[in-house]
Amino acid sequence: MSGRVGIVGIGHTPFGRRSDATVQELAAEAFRAALADSGLDRGHMDAVVVGSVPEYHKQRSLPGVVQEYLGLTPKPTWLTEAACASGSAAIRTAWMSIKAGVHDVVAVIGCQKMTELETAEILALMGRVGEVQWESSFGSTFPGYYAMFARRHMHEYGTTREQLTAVAIKNHFYGARNPLAMFRKEITAEKANASEDVATPFHVFDCCANADGAACVILAAEPRARGLRKPPVWLSGMGCASDTMSVLRRPSLTGLGSAQAAAAQAYAMAGVDAKRVRVADVHDCFTIAEVLAYEDLGFCAKGEGGAFIAENRSYIGGSTPVNVDGGLKAKGHPIGATGVSMTTEIVKQLRGDAGERQVPDADVGLTHNVGGIGQYCFVQVLTRDE
Amino acid sequence: MFKWFGRVNHAPHTKVAEFAQHLREGRLMASRCEACGHVSFPPRADCEACLHGAFTFVPVSGRGTLHTWTRITAAPRGFEDVAPYTLGLVDLEEGGRALAWIGASVPESSLAIGMPLQVTPRLHEDVEDIRVDYTLESPKGATA
Ligand SMILES: [Zn+2]
Repeated sequence: MSGRVGIVGIGHTPFGRRSDATVQELAAEAFRAALADSGLDRGHMDAVVVGSVPEYHKQRSLPGVVQEYLGLTPKPTWLTEAACASGSAAIRTAWMSIKAGVHDVVAVIGCQKMTELETAEILALMGRVGEVQWESSFGSTFPGYYAMFARRHMHEYGTTREQLTAVAIKNHFYGARNPLAMFRKEITAEKANASEDVATPFHVFDCCANADGAACVILAAEPRARGLRKPPVWLSGMGCASDTMSVLRRPSLTGLGSAQAAAAQAYAMAGVDAKRVRVADVHDCFTIAEVLAYEDLGFCAKGEGGAFIAENRSYIGGSTPVNVDGGLKAKGHPIGATGVSMTTEIVKQLRGDAGERQVPDADVGLTHNVGGIGQYCFVQVLTRDE
Repeated sequence: MFKWFGRVNHAPHTKVAEFAQHLREGRLMASRCEACGHVSFPPRADCEACLHGAFTFVPVSGRGTLHTWTRITAAPRGFEDVAPYTLGLVDLEEGGRALAWIGASVPESSLAIGMPLQVTPRLHEDVEDIRVDYTLESPKGATA
């Protein structure tokens, strides 16, 4: 199959604490919405790829349960896992299956129900986010790694505490305008800086929150993608790369090598450069992560990420609006759903359906979904027909 | 014996288990590839340069400089009682890095990226099991 792959339907649950639903019920909400959006019915699905991180669920082997609940057996289904980038990994897998000519229409469901774990289970999981042989044995944590990146970035480039806070303020500003976001309130610098320490220089407000939620995109091969309810948004550039798991072997802590490599691939495949991107959803699991993304994706030069946010260049009206859906920071981070959620937001933007968060003339969009501390990164460039 | 390594150990079985015995005896060891001579710290059974599978332990000085650091307040399981604690990442003079706690000889107010630090083996005698690890100490205050 040498043609393009289009996104023909999107669905998205509210993110947050969803004590009202099981994970398969969340998946069904997103899938039903995506079907309605596409005008297809479930019988048209050739396969379902689930993006999720299994250790956060009581339910094991999730795709089997989701497939049964959606009434899609005996169609093929499987799980794709790449930590916090599981959602984009699932989209890439579905895209590959269509490019290979194996399937024509594939649903991708990112879903996660994180709040069903007990605090003790979460503490135990927290203790094994890093490389366990040489790092976790010293009590390293996920915020701790990004905090070390932040301190090094501050040292090399003069990035400031205020600039990190400005990322959180922006993302909450847009989260307040996104009905699907977990946190729908603007914040002030005073409030952010008064929040508890997590891992210096980070406070609570530098960190995204665990959440429940699901998002779904339906992908179709080019001829099939046309003539449906809405014009397709094309997966025009698909990049994917890795970096070391361990900070002990990581060449640089002031950028993610995986993101730089994935972005270069995606731009080359789509035939665009960073300046052509009108709107982006990036992986702001911590405030510094968004600053690194500005630089790794080429929205600004290396070391200028702090100034980029300080000058409001990632707000609507700036040179590259970023995370105008609230980002992980305000929208919440139901791990496996996050990458799929990013893609749904860019599809909305490229369709002109983003309401008060609409970026004018958004015809080229980008997603940047990072797994762990950068061991995986997936970058998509999305385009629409004129 | 690698179960001795670290306050919380998730990987007791490894081909570089003797590292912990050396550490217990006060020696900090790297691995050296028997094929290409590449030295790795932390040690690896399989060479990171050529993926050869035979190695020997060689001593390293543990001298390094601080690359970055953080003080952890929100601690994971096994560390709740000892938080806050400060993690430092050092670039080692002989190559490689170490991640460890900043030791008692280095006040937090003195921490500065680029400062010299000494990776120092530590034997915990305050717990019933044998526990070994290393801390990052002031080169002057180091006991190794
Ligand atoms: Zn070798």
